Amino acid sequence: MIYDALISPFVDYGFMRRALIACFALSLGGGPIGTLLVLRRMSLMGDAMSHAILPGAALGFLVAGLSLWAMSLGGLVVGLTVALLAGLISRTTALREDASLAGFYLISLAAGVLIVSTRGSNVDLLHVLFGTILSVDANALLLVASITTVTLVALALIYRPLIAESFDPAFLRTTARGGSLYHIAFLVLVVVNLVAGFQALGTLMAVGLMMLPAAAARFWARDVWSLALLSTALAFIAGLTGLLLSYHFNLPSGPAIILTAGIFYLISIALGTQESLRTRYFPSAHYHD
Amino acid sequence: MIGPVPAIEIDDLTIAYQREPALHHLTGRFEPGSLTAIVGPNGAGKSTLLKAIVGLVPVSEGKVICAGLRQHRIAYLAQTAEIERDFPIHVRDVVTMGLWHEIGVFGGMNRARHARVDAALDAVGLARHGERPIGALSAGQLQRVLFARLLVQNAPVILLDEPFAAIDERTTADLMALIHQWHSEGRTVAAVLHDVAAVRDAFPQSLLLAREPVAWGPTAEVLSAENLQRARYLSNSWHELHHHSHDEGHPA
Repeated sequence: MIYDALISPFVDYGFMRRALIACFALSLGGGPIGTLLVLRRMSLMGDAMSHAILPGAALGFLVAGLSLWAMSLGGLVVGLTVALLAGLISRTTALREDASLAGFYLISLAAGVLIVSTRGSNVDLLHVLFGTILSVDANALLLVASITTVTLVALALIYRPLIAESFDPAFLRTTARGGSLYHIAFLVLVVVNLVAGFQALGTLMAVGLMMLPAAAARFWARDVWSLALLSTALAFIAGLTGLLLSYHFNLPSGPAIILTAGIFYLISIALGTQESLRTRYFPSAHYHD
Repeated sequence: MIGPVPAIEIDDLTIAYQREPALHHLTGRFEPGSLTAIVGPNGAGKSTLLKAIVGLVPVSEGKVICAGLRQHRIAYLAQTAEIERDFPIHVRDVVTMGLWHEIGVFGGMNRARHARVDAALDAVGLARHGERPIGALSAGQLQRVLFARLLVQNAPVILLDEPFAAIDERTTADLMALIHQWHSEGRTVAAVLHDVAAVRDAFPQSLLLAREPVAWGPTAEVLSAENLQRARYLSNSWHELHHHSHDEGHPA
């Protein structure tokens, strides 16, 4: 019974196994990246960049059809361009960064949908927007795994300045050179991970597996490393649960995964140990501070 | 311990945000080993001056000359409001950041460096607080942590932006003692302050700003009733000018 519900889908079907491994790889990269996005108050930035990938992927689709490499490359190039432009504009004009990001992401979304619909069908559009994790093949798996590996190594290399800069940007800028270099390196990692997630979850959902577990973890953990570890774990459990739900109840996999992560987030807001609704309105007897 | 400290020279410095001058035509020098209070009405350009010296804001005209001082040898303490107080980081890690110019991105800690961090925590009265998250600290305790980081940085020039804003009296007194210790060690210290009485007591030099320099020199001369009156007047007239006509150039 439990075997049938939880194990046999993965034993019986290769596409389920590949989807599960893809989720695992995405969680490994997305956990720490999402945590840092939340800590750096860049959640909206992640959202805007996931949309910015869409027109790039759409251009790739226009040139080469449903080709993994063309769409990934297109998404990467346009995503990075928008990330850098948005940063530049908020530094050189009166517009605040959140407004300039909102502007960019609306333009990107509209442009992406327009480009896909000039050539493709509604099915193609759905594919780009919401992904098809169940059709992840060996090539896509290789891409996702490579991106995760590069991400973890790169994060390990820039971890110290990234944390220092998130906590006290003025300190790093006055003590060391190259503070903005780490910021840009981090933006590149965000875009690269969104491109990885876009294969499986689509441009609209990719950011969800990054942000929701990281936001949920904030209600339980209080160190950067434990936040990252917990959001990785939550992301993977959401992936596993979402896949099983989509298998048993014949639901689209991307939304099922993101909704599961969303439920974790809501539970954490209500019941978490760190400044959640519970600790606020029902402090336990030994909770003083 | 502290070798020869070069002066910081300010040469006809003007800084503008979006073409509105925040500070203009300032000339003078922070002498080596001097202890200077920077005072003036709100919006007088005090914080802007410190930020320009450490390169956080671009200089519109003129220049800051600190010959022989490498960037990391000027320690700068921003207003605590600019720090992310919710950030999940421990007291000890914040103090250890002061070693950045020695260990950088990849360098490791050794016993001597750990001992320096311990000594700094001890000096600010937080010897047993190293493992606490900064979110659990009071405003005064957080400022003690940041002063411990300055101790570890061990820089010949120290710039402090409103170090005692919203800080309790006891902490203010303790940190003031540290500032005097730095002064006696020959470091150059400059601090933006609001409490004129405290400045008269503790700071030999003062710089009075009101978007332009009003006076710079020995505190007793700078903080005369006449100068303070003039600073207030300049600040008010600027506000009136600003509100009545955006087009007219600002009188220098």
